Amino acid sequence: MSRAALLVLADGRFPAGGHAHSGGVESAVRAGRIRGAEELAEFCRGRLHTTGLTAAALAAAAARGLDPLALDEAADARTPSPALRTTARKLGRQLMRAARATWPGPELDTLAAARPRGAHQPVVLGLAARSAGLTPEDAAYCAGYEAVSGPATAAVRLLGLDPFEATAVLARLAPELDEAAARAAEAAARAATDGLDALPAASAPMLDITAEEHAAWPVRLFAS
Amino acid sequence: MSGVRATARIVATPAGLPVLSGEGPLALRRTRAAGPGLRVTVVGAMSAPLGGDRLAVEAEVREGARLTLDAAAATVSLPSRTAVPASYDVRLTVGEHAELRWLPGPVISAYGSDLRARTRVELAATARLVLREEQVLGRHAEPPGTLVSRLTVHRAGRPLFDQELGSGPGVPGGWDGPAVLAGHRATGQLLLVGPEFDVKPARPRLLGESAVLTPLAGPAVVVTALAPDALRLRRVLDEAAREILAEWLPDEPYR
Repeated sequence: MSRAALLVLADGRFPAGGHAHSGGVESAVRAGRIRGAEELAEFCRGRLHTTGLTAAALAAAAARGLDPLALDEAADARTPSPALRTTARKLGRQLMRAARATWPGPELDTLAAARPRGAHQPVVLGLAARSAGLTPEDAAYCAGYEAVSGPATAAVRLLGLDPFEATAVLARLAPELDEAAARAAEAAARAATDGLDALPAASAPMLDITAEEHAAWPVRLFAS
Repeated sequence: MSGVRATARIVATPAGLPVLSGEGPLALRRTRAAGPGLRVTVVGAMSAPLGGDRLAVEAEVREGARLTLDAAAATVSLPSRTAVPASYDVRLTVGEHAELRWLPGPVISAYGSDLRARTRVELAATARLVLREEQVLGRHAEPPGTLVSRLTVHRAGRPLFDQELGSGPGVPGGWDGPAVLAGHRATGQLLLVGPEFDVKPARPRLLGESAVLTPLAGPAVVVTALAPDALRLRRVLDEAAREILAEWLPDEPYR
């Protein structure tokens, strides 16, 4: 198996539907909490170290071969917002379709059959990485990167932010993404022996509050 | 220098409180319950926890019993010369057809302090829980200390709720930014669990500008709130508690 599979999986053009989601940026922009690159960076940093870390650890655990249904349950417990649970399952279902076409395997088939309406996206991501022959840390990197790349791309469209600036935000977060991916992979290794409570549960209250508000908007550019 | 170690233990049964032992900063008093069931109040002078202190509360509400556990004062996390963080571990177990209301005071994270708070709850399938958690970042007009607080709830052996929030120096960045606390200085959660929420599922609802009531994947609702200060946070959580209990448990008002 090739490590270059990570590039395919993490590519924004991988047809898994992520581009339709702003990761909470749309409501933060509307509320005036993000007006430029500096606030975008703080948003992304916060998301990376909270729900991004949690997602990365779930992905790493799935990539290690931990029970995906138990991880799906752990993801539910770590997602108090029903709007975000729905989003996570919708994205999980879309990613499942793409992954089964790209890196088919029995573990993906089993999870797809058990969760026909979609498992949580990070769990599917981890299992896709596993099916592609990638490592738990690779899966954590991919989930962590998604936690910041989606918001950065959305900010370009919502704020008319210079794409160079948005990309610079991502580049400056790289060392922190390294740290988050390493923490996530370590936690997944602990969870293999100590149980799933060893996985992080870092949360972002503002994202939970605004997700429900955003889901009720009649007109919006992004699905979440 | 090693810190204070103090553990409070409570066991509640329908007949009474066979175990009620506190020590040091965690002194316990049986107090008059406003409603049915028993009530215990943590009355210890809460100058603790300082760095290196290890505080623990272990409460068990056995089958059919009802207990309200509250506190006479806030828990103020204070700085000390040791580099070891203080810890505050709460373990709550609620049996079949039993009910626990865990309503401690807020945890105030004073400048220079470092506290790890961990609450674990094990609920039987028919158990009921009302749990409030509040964190205040800094005393009046001071920057916050370091506070990492995690709340994990299992019901019938399965995970129901698991959330951690970190704030202050040394916590990975962005916690005060627009995705996490967005400059708010008080944050809290109110969690209600019970078979009632299976019978009549809740719908998500915004409670003002910075709080939301959401149903969990199991029979439970949580209110997640951010506020500028402790007073306004308590107001939001109290109002939500009254409304939720009035709707789902009309015979058991919030007191």
